[in-house]
Amino acid sequence: MTPSPEKTSRRNFLFRIGIVINVIGAALFAIPVVGYVLSPARRFTWLDWIALGPVTDYPEQQTRLAEYINPFKKSWDGETAKIPCWVRRMAGEQFQVFAINCTHLGCPVRWFAESELFMCPCHGGVFYSDGRHASGPPPRPLYQYKYKVEAGKLWIYAGELPTLGEPEA
Amino acid sequence: MMQAFKSVARWLDERLQLGQTIAEVAAHPVPRSSASWWYVFGSATLVVFILQVVTGICLATVYTPAANRAWDSLIYLNYQQPLGWYLRALHGWGSNFMVALMFVHMIQVFLFGAYKFPRELTWVAGCVLLLSTLGMAFTGQVLRFDQNAYWGLGIGASIAGRTPIIGFKVVHLILGGPIIAGETLSRFFALHVFVIPGLLIAFVGLHLYLVLRLGINEWPMPGRIVRRNSYIKEYEELVHQDGEPFMPFAAQKDLVFAGLIILSLLVVAAIAGPIGPNGQPDPTIIQTVPRPDFFFLWLFSLFALLPPWTETVLMLTGPVAVIGLLFALPFISGTGEKSWRRRPFSVVIVILAVTLVGTLTWLGTFSPWSPVMDAWSATPTPIDYVKGRTPLELQGAVLVQSKDLVVDTNHTKPEGFLFNRLSWTK
Repeated sequence: MTPSPEKTSRRNFLFRIGIVINVIGAALFAIPVVGYVLSPARRFTWLDWIALGPVTDYPEQQTRLAEYINPFKKSWDGETAKIPCWVRRMAGEQFQVFAINCTHLGCPVRWFAESELFMCPCHGGVFYSDGRHASGPPPRPLYQYKYKVEAGKLWIYAGELPTLGEPEA
Repeated sequence: MMQAFKSVARWLDERLQLGQTIAEVAAHPVPRSSASWWYVFGSATLVVFILQVVTGICLATVYTPAANRAWDSLIYLNYQQPLGWYLRALHGWGSNFMVALMFVHMIQVFLFGAYKFPRELTWVAGCVLLLSTLGMAFTGQVLRFDQNAYWGLGIGASIAGRTPIIGFKVVHLILGGPIIAGETLSRFFALHVFVIPGLLIAFVGLHLYLVLRLGINEWPMPGRIVRRNSYIKEYEELVHQDGEPFMPFAAQKDLVFAGLIILSLLVVAAIAGPIGPNGQPDPTIIQTVPRPDFFFLWLFSLFALLPPWTETVLMLTGPVAVIGLLFALPFISGTGEKSWRRRPFSVVIVILAVTLVGTLTWLGTFSPWSPVMDAWSATPTPIDYVKGRTPLELQGAVLVQSKDLVVDTNHTKPEGFLFNRLSWTK
């Protein structure tokens, strides 16, 4: 609708200017707010090398629970900064380090040495000792951390909650 | 004295100009048939919501929304803060009451066809309230920052992580970082205390405004058809010929029922006590069996029982489809019969939905798909079990004993995944 000429008064003009200024203001205001809220998604990966202790802590042919402190922790994270994982030492410097999280929906899998299975307490997921899927709803094998052995210590590359969207753990 | 009171009231009303509005609202006519005991659930839900606001504000004065302190402050509330246990009980059980009353209200509205013309947007506002209330239930469960909260967040993040392409970004956004930690709790605190309550208050306002402006749904009579061109006139005639003022005619039943609900909440909370917290939110304590609160237990069961290949698709599209259908309902069947007697399909939907959710919830209470995680007891196999067995059976007995598969023999009816597959009987 084009306004008729007699309607273009000074008051009308000010009203339009007012709307324009407010739209610009709202857009400028939204930039920092949206940026602030979305900031956790801006960084691409949170991964770093973390020492899991001397290799000798992990006997060969066994699977043991280990824990590390998340490298990106905040001082108020408390206990939640601690992350557990399963370390399986096959022989020598050959390891498998599994994330604690079931690949189905993230519950903590538990190792049962008697039956040599990882079992999930939530929806019935079961994995073999090498992380392969044995039974239940999980869509893939257990998540594994990249690892290296340096100066007699076992290191893993970790820092994120592993999910199907980010299996790199 | 009375005179002074009246003059103060007059002074206030001259400035506030509210008296007439209140009088109009109180006196607005409602159909006689609507002043029924079936119409009390919405107001009762609202009353419980108001109680939740009161107890929630009280709890926020002590609760500490920081990951390293939240659990301690909950324990403090339970055991040291005077009456802290009772306010936590009222808030926790209040949430159960609110979810339950809301669903009863929704089923009633659905079966009575109250969502039909011209009340489509009242239903839509109600759908927003439904989602917000469930959002409050989930975020509230997170604020009870214990093991269930921690692993519940893990489940939520794992579902979000299944989103194609941007899955990990969504996870980081929900968690406020790469793992479940301090910022996760702070985010959920902001949602539970500011964002969702704001939505709830705004949409309760809209919902009530619409109920007042459009009039409460009349009792549905089979054969009384809703037509767009004649319904409003018919409703006005009904209200004038067979109507009564809302106060006290219909409100008295709301009042009695809401009062009974408050009393039962007070009793239930006093008897059952506060809900949790269970163990500390320490992820290295893996001797845990995470379960959601009962209103999400059916979803928990569904995730265990869906065929695995359907899961990702259903987790991502299922909620969208169900919520979309709920919102679209009044636009799909906005006219026609209101009475459930003439809407067999709707009755079947309600029966199916209630049966499905009920069965899944029941299954969730004992989750037969999960092993009993502490069933590995190293208990020696009773000698009676192996007496008179063949060598082959004895070989099996040795295997079962060495794999520690014998469940605590005190359990007369053992449950558990391995036992069910490998158990033997005398």
